[in-house]
Amino acid sequence: MERLLNALAAIVFGVGVMALYFYGSNWLLDRLLPDRGLVDGVFMSREKQRERIRPWLFVGPALVILGIYLVYPAVQTLFLSFFDSNGDIFVGLKNYERAFGDSRFLESIRNNILWLIVVPTCSVVFGLLIAVLADRVSWGNIAKSLIFMPMAISFVGASVIWKFVYAINPDIGLLNAVYTGGGNEAVDVMQIPFWNSFFLMVILVWIQTGFAMVLLSAALRGVPEETLEAARIDGANEVQTFFRIMVPQIMGTIFVVWTTIVITVLKVFDIVLAMTNGNWNTQVMANLMFDQMFRAFDTGYASFLALVIMVAVIPIMVVNIRRMNREEAMR
Amino acid sequence: MSVRMEKVGDTGLQLPLVNMTPGALLARLALLLIVILWTVPTFGLFISSFRDKDLLSFSGWWTALSVTERGEAARTGTDEDQVEEDGAWFIRGEVFPAGAKEVQAFGIRSTEPEAFAPGAGADLGDGVTLTVQADGRYELRSPVEFDMRRGRRIYFRAAVPPKFTLANYGEIVASEGVDQAFINTFTVTIPSTIIPIAIAAFAAYAFSWTEFPGRQLLFAIVVGLLVVPLQMSLIPLLRMYNQVSTILPFFEAKSYAGIWLAHTGFGLPLAIFLLRNYIAGLPKEIIESARIDGASHFQTFTRLILPLSMPALASFAIFQFLWVWNDLLVALVFLSKDPDQIVMTSQLRELLGSRGDNWEILTSSAFVSIVVPLVVFFALQRYFVRGLLAGSVKGG
Repeated sequence: MERLLNALAAIVFGVGVMALYFYGSNWLLDRLLPDRGLVDGVFMSREKQRERIRPWLFVGPALVILGIYLVYPAVQTLFLSFFDSNGDIFVGLKNYERAFGDSRFLESIRNNILWLIVVPTCSVVFGLLIAVLADRVSWGNIAKSLIFMPMAISFVGASVIWKFVYAINPDIGLLNAVYTGGGNEAVDVMQIPFWNSFFLMVILVWIQTGFAMVLLSAALRGVPEETLEAARIDGANEVQTFFRIMVPQIMGTIFVVWTTIVITVLKVFDIVLAMTNGNWNTQVMANLMFDQMFRAFDTGYASFLALVIMVAVIPIMVVNIRRMNREEAMR
Repeated sequence: MSVRMEKVGDTGLQLPLVNMTPGALLARLALLLIVILWTVPTFGLFISSFRDKDLLSFSGWWTALSVTERGEAARTGTDEDQVEEDGAWFIRGEVFPAGAKEVQAFGIRSTEPEAFAPGAGADLGDGVTLTVQADGRYELRSPVEFDMRRGRRIYFRAAVPPKFTLANYGEIVASEGVDQAFINTFTVTIPSTIIPIAIAAFAAYAFSWTEFPGRQLLFAIVVGLLVVPLQMSLIPLLRMYNQVSTILPFFEAKSYAGIWLAHTGFGLPLAIFLLRNYIAGLPKEIIESARIDGASHFQTFTRLILPLSMPALASFAIFQFLWVWNDLLVALVFLSKDPDQIVMTSQLRELLGSRGDNWEILTSSAFVSIVVPLVVFFALQRYFVRGLLAGSVKGG
């Protein structure tokens, strides 16, 4: 009970301070620059002056927080990547050179590329398949809800769920239960060389397919019925209609979904940390960075790794934001 | 020909069940299969969390409703427990609480644990016999007085009926501090959702409906910050927090205020971007007439813009709530692992490491951590989907 009250007090405090700022600063502005009232029979308002200052009260907190939490750290990370493990001594490009001789780094790059190929592709293909199938059945919405559900689950929660599929004990792990049912010896799928990464990817595909499905389903509804009808009249069968008419029409959405999942994949960290912690050659970039930062305490190298992630993310994000702005302009 | 066309047009892709083509049937089966594949893992966790912890690692959750058979062992009472009846001595007792399980066979040697059927007498030598009933009662009978300090071993195979219990949940609350972690997660999540929304809404209004120098440029910079992955910020922020905490004694490096602000910073670019798109799209006439009536920007915002923007605010709120609730990375960096600060995801990860074989703790903790997002998700799915659509395909 006491703990609950403490939590409540903290929440009220946090939200209260923010509310106090917005109300307080605006109240103060009205007090400091009041209307002068009637001067020589003319009503003197200082509204103009007040409303010139007020926008800054509105954007102020956002700009300050963004400056402290994104702009400054991003620049600082760039600097730190040229420094040693404590961030004190300038070492030039040493961290960059080190990476190319670091087998863990090369392993992460290799795995990240595999993830980048497999996860977005599988998610989009499954998502599209489910979107098309679910639109044809009466229980389609229930099916979609169930497939979308993993989106709400944390990566760690998902990892626990999948432990119950992958566990080596055939009385816990569903996969090994089926496998040993066929007369085989139980295997630890997390330790199968090369393929273990794919078992981890399955978890992310499981989560992201729902996301792909929802967006693609909405896009498919936007394909004009007349176009589809015209194709059918011309004798196209369902499969032809799908590949030649529907898919080209929703190419834009497919691209958005694909790139959004690519960004998620580039930052994937929780699943690998929880399932293998990068052992057995399953390391990925984001987890390697976390590892260098909090276990090796190598600030310089970790900063370099963060930079690699950012460099990989930027072109995709730029394309996406451009797209969104263009669509916004067309609206 | 015209009849055919009309039929296709009317029913669209939904063919009636009676004249379902093989293709349509196949499609239904495929969808059903996918749905099952997608749901089974979560369902397994859910079932497992209610199973008896002894059974959990002994039989798969998919057998939860059937009877489990397994070998067990028990010890009889000693000579202190004996009673004399009709010139013979007896030691009586139960190998398990009567009725909890069912003995299917028993034995007196570990090499032959299933030598006797329940109710049959096993000869132990010197005229001593042991009988074990199916319901778990046993009886040792001897013609002479017993002289044994330790009870005899009984080996038996028991059929354990399905058993569901809330004990796993009781255990995590009592000993693993999951209830505290649950409260901590709320303490992190609620302000981390409200603060960025409020700040973003004010900023979005200023960017859309007020005039100030540098407005366009500043907004462009905010949108540009969307590309900064939060990994870029962690190391400098951690260093900054540590430095500030050594200078200012009242400021702790790991604190709730610290993580609220961090989540606010990481969520702001998207929040401002989405909310500006929405607020800038509100009808110009309403806002201008309010201004002409003498309302200040602050009044216009609180009385007019906020209520009108509720759908957009709700969409982003759900998105941010789920994001913060499910986050592990930021929590690991900005909060300690002490009981009064650890959040659910972090706790789960600890349990996975240290208690990886205590499946009953894992299942129930995991379920507690995912139940809140699932409730939010199913209750507010419409807003959630809208938020996703707004974020990715504008105008979709």
